[in-house]
Amino acid sequence: MVDLPDTASSPKVDAMSDYRLRMKEICKRFGATIALDGVDLAVRGGQVLALVGENGAGKSTLMKVLSGAHPADEGQMWLDGRPYQPRNPLDARRAGVGMIYQELSLARHLSVMENILLGMEPTIGPFMNWTSIRQRASEAMGQLGRPDIPLEAPVMRLSVAEQQMVEIARAVAIGCRVLILDEPTSSLTKKDTLHLFDLVRHLKAKGHAIVYISHFLEEVKEISDCFTVLRDGHSVGQGVTSEVPTGQIIAMMVGRTVEQLYPRSPRKPGQAVLEVQDLVGSEKPRSASLTLHQGEVLGIAGLVGAGRTELIRTIFGLAPVESGKIRIGAYVGPASASRRWMQGMGIVSEDRKLEGLALSLNIADNVTLSRLPALLTPRWQDEQTNRWIDRLGIKCRSPRQLVSDLSGGNQQKVAVARLLYHDVDVLLLDEPTRGIDVAAKAQIYQVINDLACRGKAVIVVSSYLPELMGICDRIAVMCRGVLSRARPVEEIDEHQIMLEATGAGENV
Amino acid sequence: MTTVSSDSANPVSSRFGWSDLLTRLGPLIGLLFVLVLFSILEPQKFLRLNNFELILRQTAVVGTAALGMTLIIISGGIDLSVGSAIALHTVVIALLLRGGIPALGAATGGIIVAALCGCLIGLLITRLKLAPFIITLGMWGSLRGTAKGLADNSMVYPPGTFLNELLRPLSPDHIWLLTPGAWMMLLLAVLVAAMLRYTRFGRHIFAIGSNEQTARLCGINVEWTKLRIYMLAAALAGVAGLLQFSYLTMGDPTTATGMELDVIAAVVIGGASLSGGQGSILGSLVGALIMTIVSNGCTKMELDNWVQEIVTGGIIILAVTLDRLRHRRTV
Repeated sequence: MVDLPDTASSPKVDAMSDYRLRMKEICKRFGATIALDGVDLAVRGGQVLALVGENGAGKSTLMKVLSGAHPADEGQMWLDGRPYQPRNPLDARRAGVGMIYQELSLARHLSVMENILLGMEPTIGPFMNWTSIRQRASEAMGQLGRPDIPLEAPVMRLSVAEQQMVEIARAVAIGCRVLILDEPTSSLTKKDTLHLFDLVRHLKAKGHAIVYISHFLEEVKEISDCFTVLRDGHSVGQGVTSEVPTGQIIAMMVGRTVEQLYPRSPRKPGQAVLEVQDLVGSEKPRSASLTLHQGEVLGIAGLVGAGRTELIRTIFGLAPVESGKIRIGAYVGPASASRRWMQGMGIVSEDRKLEGLALSLNIADNVTLSRLPALLTPRWQDEQTNRWIDRLGIKCRSPRQLVSDLSGGNQQKVAVARLLYHDVDVLLLDEPTRGIDVAAKAQIYQVINDLACRGKAVIVVSSYLPELMGICDRIAVMCRGVLSRARPVEEIDEHQIMLEATGAGENV
Repeated sequence: MTTVSSDSANPVSSRFGWSDLLTRLGPLIGLLFVLVLFSILEPQKFLRLNNFELILRQTAVVGTAALGMTLIIISGGIDLSVGSAIALHTVVIALLLRGGIPALGAATGGIIVAALCGCLIGLLITRLKLAPFIITLGMWGSLRGTAKGLADNSMVYPPGTFLNELLRPLSPDHIWLLTPGAWMMLLLAVLVAAMLRYTRFGRHIFAIGSNEQTARLCGINVEWTKLRIYMLAAALAGVAGLLQFSYLTMGDPTTATGMELDVIAAVVIGGASLSGGQGSILGSLVGALIMTIVSNGCTKMELDNWVQEIVTGGIIILAVTLDRLRHRRTV
């Protein structure tokens, strides 16, 4: 085990330590939500540290603190023994901490070399110094062992893996000594992943410190020297990767008791209302079959990017069906979203801001949008909406208030209220409690429980396992586009789900 | 159904936000401001009843076209071809009249042609999935060209009919108070405003402009709704064309050049957001009025045309800046 220096030791001693990067007791709050609550992390030069944890454990927030996107509320950071307090991402980069984000942040129309030196182009007077740009870009690419990527080509012509190289080269070119890779393999093929691993080893040999964020544990096992586990904003464990079995790491990730947050009234599943057989979407899902009964809550677990959202969007007619069967009540076959609503099915999108809600409209418009009579009055809309504002406890001034004014939890209740107003029989809820506070979560769980008791059928997609274990009757796991058979919650535990979701199910 | 304990505050207190009020009254305050300004600067010529009647007459064409543009802008689109369309419609109406079609038939014909143009724009936008800016920029040229071709590159002089009277100044003993064209604009404004507020179609226009993804998720047929928006807006541009024809008393393929910008400016001054989801008919009419009053007032003060243009430009920038500030405060 790598032991962190005694936290009681004075800062002077820390300054003497040979860590490239150290973070100590980092805390970060967003309003009432505590995202990070005393996180410690340390990595040496020439070392790969894996940062693991479930979705929502605080990995991204921690990395945002590290890369200067969010300031920490409390805690200290050192870079090569010197206090490090980045004010913004540019500051962090100048200090030597480079972040490679999941979504590549390249200027797609510009050339590879321009991207590598973007924002720090060498110039002669007002003119670009192309000779120097080409030289420095080619040095950076050379360091990565990829001199084959054409420096003049616009980035959009490159493959995703090559674009990632450009992004890494950009960090290397300005002399970053700490590189943070956030889920770098999520959009790579197997072959590209192996290339990336070679590159990581290469950079490691050159003395860079690398923080590797992933929830694919087999990758963590392969590439990292040591690891830190985050859970609910705490660092709950660290160690040398080769010395700790995968099972133990998973236990650290999920080690939690199911709180009394989840109401569960006795309910009896009725007849099947939704049947999906061998469903294949345009990219994901690759294969999915499920049966959903009246009065049942079915959970779909899995990692972000496994294809869960694509599955329910395909069922709902928001994404094309390549093959397979969908039956909803008496209706068979694929249908558009508007037909799905008419068939008594409703959806809550995982992305409230981009898709779920029209933020610049008021609550009443958002709630009643899916089912408006041809003629209506604002007063009628308000009356309809007020019922659901009361029942869901949406905190607002009036139904005329803009949804953008509401807190995340209340926005989510508006999205759920739309399904209740429409009185659908089958509810597809994609991450219904993401980014909302515990009180609002409890209310959403209560609503789901009540709906199931009234014979409605609910599918809940969630990355938060305790929640699925708490509210679902059965759970199926999605891994890389393939949905497993749904099993009753009594027969499955978080450990098992985590194994299946990370694709480690067969090996352990 | 749910018995969620509501720890939350009473949700239905109808406290009305000051910012809401400001947003709603913003354009009206602007209107009041220019009215007061010119009344002080030029009380003799500006502050007269028949001048206000003139202002409404001068507003009729842009105001009517702005009704349709409001729908398009609320839905997140734009129409750059409306000036060209108006020119085309004057030519079509004049040609129909010259061909011996009775006045009412010619007017209807003009509006039908207009609706067909809108249908074409709507189809191009929804089928080719291109930005409305690009499609209507293309139509801006094509419709102007069509008008010139139909008119054989010259004016079209039709026989005189009652259509020429729509925007005539009223004789003093008239009981109508306003010229028929101004009444048409106001009546249509009431109808379109009611449509936006009281029909499903109207609410869907707002939803699409606010967030097209959400609209799709909620089962709204976005393409079909857009097609109807462009058709309706074009039909309103057809009425504007009729009024323009009445003003000119002939078909002129070169008329209304640049008017699309006046129309868009009126809608924007009226508080609509070019990114969609926001806007009102009352606001757009007020916006059109503000622009007319500025130009009318400047004329009465015997200021040169270039002064008017600079002032109008300044008002557009000022209006949008104020709008931005208001919203920054609310969010």
